[in-house]
Amino acid sequence: MSDSIYKPYLMEIESVIEETSDVRTYRLKFKNTADAEKFSFKAGQFGEYSVLGEGESTFCVASSPTRKEYIECTFRKAGRVTNALANLEPGDTVGFRGPYGNTFPIEQWEGKNLLYIAGGIALPPMRCLIWNTIDLRDKYKDITIVYGARTVGDLVYKHELKEWEERPDIKLITTVDPGGQTPDWKGEIGFVPAVLEKVAPSSKNTIAILCGPPVMIKFTMPVLKKLGFQDRDIYTTLENRMKCGFGKCGRCNVGKVFVCKDGPVFSYEQILTLPEEY
Amino acid sequence: METTRKLIRKQSLEKLYNQLSASRKIYAPVIAADKKVEYKYNPSFADVTFDHLRSTLSVKNVVFPKVENLFYYSNSKTESTIADIDLNKIPEVVLWGAHPCDTAAFDTLRSIFCWDITDEFFAKRLEKLVVIGLSCHLSDEYCFCTSVGLSPNSIKGSDILLSPLQNGDFVADILTEKGNNILLSSTELFESIGEVNLNITEVKQKFNHEQVTAKLAGAFENPFWVANSLRCIGCGACAYVCPTCACFDIQDETKGKNGRRYRSWDSCGFGLFTLHTSGHNPRHVQSQRWRQRIMHKFSYMPDRNKSLGCVGCGRCSSGCPVDMNIAEQLEALQNI
Repeated sequence: MSDSIYKPYLMEIESVIEETSDVRTYRLKFKNTADAEKFSFKAGQFGEYSVLGEGESTFCVASSPTRKEYIECTFRKAGRVTNALANLEPGDTVGFRGPYGNTFPIEQWEGKNLLYIAGGIALPPMRCLIWNTIDLRDKYKDITIVYGARTVGDLVYKHELKEWEERPDIKLITTVDPGGQTPDWKGEIGFVPAVLEKVAPSSKNTIAILCGPPVMIKFTMPVLKKLGFQDRDIYTTLENRMKCGFGKCGRCNVGKVFVCKDGPVFSYEQILTLPEEY
Repeated sequence: METTRKLIRKQSLEKLYNQLSASRKIYAPVIAADKKVEYKYNPSFADVTFDHLRSTLSVKNVVFPKVENLFYYSNSKTESTIADIDLNKIPEVVLWGAHPCDTAAFDTLRSIFCWDITDEFFAKRLEKLVVIGLSCHLSDEYCFCTSVGLSPNSIKGSDILLSPLQNGDFVADILTEKGNNILLSSTELFESIGEVNLNITEVKQKFNHEQVTAKLAGAFENPFWVANSLRCIGCGACAYVCPTCACFDIQDETKGKNGRRYRSWDSCGFGLFTLHTSGHNPRHVQSQRWRQRIMHKFSYMPDRNKSLGCVGCGRCSSGCPVDMNIAEQLEALQNI
């Protein structure tokens, strides 16, 4: 990064994927090759994405650090900045500051089974990690992904879900909420906690990574406990409103913990020590 | 460095002021038309007050302006460019006559802006700042510097600390290299000094900040917060006048294809401060925001930044439109 900690890299949108009616994925390339060379990040980290003139918005890097030529971000049109972002096209410029925050301890997980559980728009922050561990496939044992959305139309990364489904070394379970299915839907119908309970993956030598809306987390945790998962073997990534990304602007803290510095990745063991401010 | 104590007479002080303001910007307190005290750049010495209690606003804006440009940009469909702010253009400023609570706040701000990674905007402004502090011979019921480890004549944050004598002259304690440079360049104005009687006010200690910090560790869920913030209207005045509040917002402002990204003062007292785009708000009621304010200053900061987030100036209480008094609350907290 240049001398100013607030100055974004200028990135060019290389390609756009319309994931759903209001979710887009952008592949971004550094305009300045020197920036690209010195840039590196790890799974779990986030950045501040901006449209100059509209402001900045915080989301995780959605692509894997094993894919070095670009970064990807997936966002839902929700506020001022994401709406402005959504109006851009290939060739347009996006500002990016980062990477910020801590990382998933994937080295510690080598030799273990991985269970990914995601709901709705929470798959993007996990996608970086999923691809990272798939790209290092022989370091991990079973990889299971349980992904749910409200409707079939709300599932993101449809092209990749197909790829994961076809791979013999990944077990993918997709589900949609009751009523959200289409006539040709082949996946599960039901909420993520119920589907997880039905699939009942073993907790033995397994790390669970859980990411989703608060209501999903609330009802999934008891299922994980029932399956025998220890708090220290369950990880999630928190989000809170941020401006700076490096522990100064003062708004993302959960108790004394800064989501931007000490997170966004937390084990459930750590979460239990935090006040409910997320 | 070793500190030096000198005598400076009232008439020499005027010469010193004029010498300093000839070559640099000088930021000094004056009595405004409404009788309130405000700091101004380069007022004439005759207008500078030595008898002020507290200025309406703190002086943190010399290192942390209300609005600070982070960069300029030009953005169009065909081209996007970013132009850095030239931090070398930040001028040297002499802060004159700031009271010890306000000067101590610079250390607190440094503990935030230079924690982990250095905020170069803040760091450059602080580097270019020379602080001539002024010990207090006046205090009122809102003052509580002695409760937060300071005193009406504490040296923290000053390069030179002036302390009034009964006869109208001043003691000048030369505390840093920057202060020493002023001594060396105006050495004829400083005289040697013997035993003196300083005219310093007394500020009664209201609470023990270490006990408050210890108590806060287990007070997150205490009903205290709701009971003591019911009348808070979330106006943010406390943060606005606070010398140590450093929370900020970042926004863009564009005209045509050109614009600037700037940061501006913000407050944890505002509901919008933590509001997610989804509508979810981790601190959705005022009592949670009041708790955040106290916790941040008296629990999180001592733990994280190794610095208390309060200097006891009393502005948040004297300026509160609904008369919430932080010192009274901390005293009560100590005993819950």
